[in-house]
Amino acid sequence: MPILEARGIVRTYGQVVALDGCDFDVEAGEVTALIGDNGAGKSTLIKILAGTEPGEGGTIAFFGEEVNITSPHQARSLGIETVYQDLALCPHLDPVNNLFLGREIMRRGLMGALGFMNRRAMREQSIEAFNDLGATVRTLTEPVGTMSGGQKQSIAVARASAWASKIIFLDEPTAALGVVQTHNVLELIKRVRDKGIGVVLISHSMPEVLAVSDDIQVMRRGRRVATYQTADTNIEELVATMTGKFDEGVAA
Amino acid sequence: MSTDLQMKQAVDLVDNERMSIWRRLTRIQAAQIVLVLIAICIVFSLMAPEAFPTVFNLRSIIVNTSIFAVLGVGGTLVIITAGIDLSIGSVLVFSSVVAAKVMGGMGGTGWGTAIAGVVVATACGAAWGLLNGFLVAKAKVPAFIVTLGTLGMALGLAQVLTGGIDLTDVPGEFVDAVGFGNIFWEVPTLTVISAIVVILGSILLHRTRFGLFTFAVGSNAEACRRVGINVDWQLMMVYVISGACAGFAGILSLAFYQQTTIGGQSMTALTVVAGVVIGGTSLFGGIGSIFGTVIGLLIPVVLQSGFIIIGVEAYWQGVVVGIFLIGAVYLDGLRRTKSQRGSGRKPKHRQVGDGERGTREKDG
Repeated sequence: MPILEARGIVRTYGQVVALDGCDFDVEAGEVTALIGDNGAGKSTLIKILAGTEPGEGGTIAFFGEEVNITSPHQARSLGIETVYQDLALCPHLDPVNNLFLGREIMRRGLMGALGFMNRRAMREQSIEAFNDLGATVRTLTEPVGTMSGGQKQSIAVARASAWASKIIFLDEPTAALGVVQTHNVLELIKRVRDKGIGVVLISHSMPEVLAVSDDIQVMRRGRRVATYQTADTNIEELVATMTGKFDEGVAA
Repeated sequence: MSTDLQMKQAVDLVDNERMSIWRRLTRIQAAQIVLVLIAICIVFSLMAPEAFPTVFNLRSIIVNTSIFAVLGVGGTLVIITAGIDLSIGSVLVFSSVVAAKVMGGMGGTGWGTAIAGVVVATACGAAWGLLNGFLVAKAKVPAFIVTLGTLGMALGLAQVLTGGIDLTDVPGEFVDAVGFGNIFWEVPTLTVISAIVVILGSILLHRTRFGLFTFAVGSNAEACRRVGINVDWQLMMVYVISGACAGFAGILSLAFYQQTTIGGQSMTALTVVAGVVIGGTSLFGGIGSIFGTVIGLLIPVVLQSGFIIIGVEAYWQGVVVGIFLIGAVYLDGLRRTKSQRGSGRKPKHRQVGDGERGTREKDG
């Protein structure tokens, strides 16, 4: 059974129909690539599933039970985390504080009630979380703003995977990265998948999608038009599906 | 070859906590500004060895900084959130006027009256802070405009309440003990009270989750919203603290000057903002320390005292502080662009086999 089954999701912005009855599935322990041309509705779909935007129609089943995801907070409580394109890190805070942002471990008793944090526990758990993924974090005490794009990306992915128990959405996680850093992040993604978490990867890079995903769902004009097993497909087929060559073929 | 090695990187935790504290100390502008302050003191001491480095002069310097330091605690918090509070001078006046009215109504003498004055002044300040915070966080009016507005409102209302004439209803015990008294030897009570506020503020800012959220909101408010931090509440509380500090400073000012200072606080907010910024707090948010603010506030006072002693016209103080202010913001800008450039650099991963690879390449 899939972790998440979205059926017939609709979302319009005024006259523009961003999602026109879109379906989507996430399986545990698999990397699902979500691809499509610009404007196909990928980001909108993710935003609805992550609770940052309301859907206007359709149903979302989470482990077979219908849920209504109305806020990012609710999505997180279901075990769904999202790594946004802008990473949503605080550049002036160190990796530990970013990892725990909004989920700080407080001290016990009076000190905790007064707002004091258990920094040692946070630091130790951060080391564990970064080790878990083999993430390269140069230092836990420098502000993340001084770090490279790859390091920031690693921290954002590590944060999501540390808190996600079920699903991680990654919106173009490698768009701004170099070759080596991209490879590192893809390795991270595989490790997250190996923990049994459903990973959803939005990407424009077909080689990357083919390298890391288990299955590929293709969106076009606000709908899912195809689902492929990664092993059974190739770039030509994916691009043709994305750009709608097959639709025209059918029409003609 | 190198990619294969880098694929297998483990977490690299080279530095330990102790090292990081040292590095953090040397990195913050506050550390550099302490050196500047010490240099200024040395120069004045050499030029006027019998007048500048004296207990009397030192006492007057710290007394003159004390009330500003209380204001600086709130000012630092607000600027760390990338906001600004221009209303603190007027809120100080308003709070001291209301406190004087209340204390006058209670008979104007005795410690009970004085304590009522402290509570009333602080509460008045907090109320103005709440208004500022609400307008900034909820109504989304820029902080500059909101606090410029309340600057005028608080001062105007204080003038309406008094007809523009300063009140003098302060209990004598309070003036003697807090305004002029020493805790012991030549350590002024006013300064000790101010130091307590500064220390409490520093603990709040640097040790608690509230402080962390203050930095976080100033660093990236949108990221905070996405992880579920109540950004609006955080901003409102920061402005409430700034207002409460101004209110408390109002009662201290009342004890020190023995009267309200309706006409005398027009430059207060700007002096405090200058001190905060000279002390290394970034106007763009996310960086700052209360310790730095105290040093930043000491510099103008030391300059003024030193200029008077060595016989330079005290008006030069404004000129020199202006240069410091612009210099501090220039340095902050440099730091920011430097750190942005830094993020574009290739990461220097320290990894197992780094050295080996180097030797192998040399051999080849």
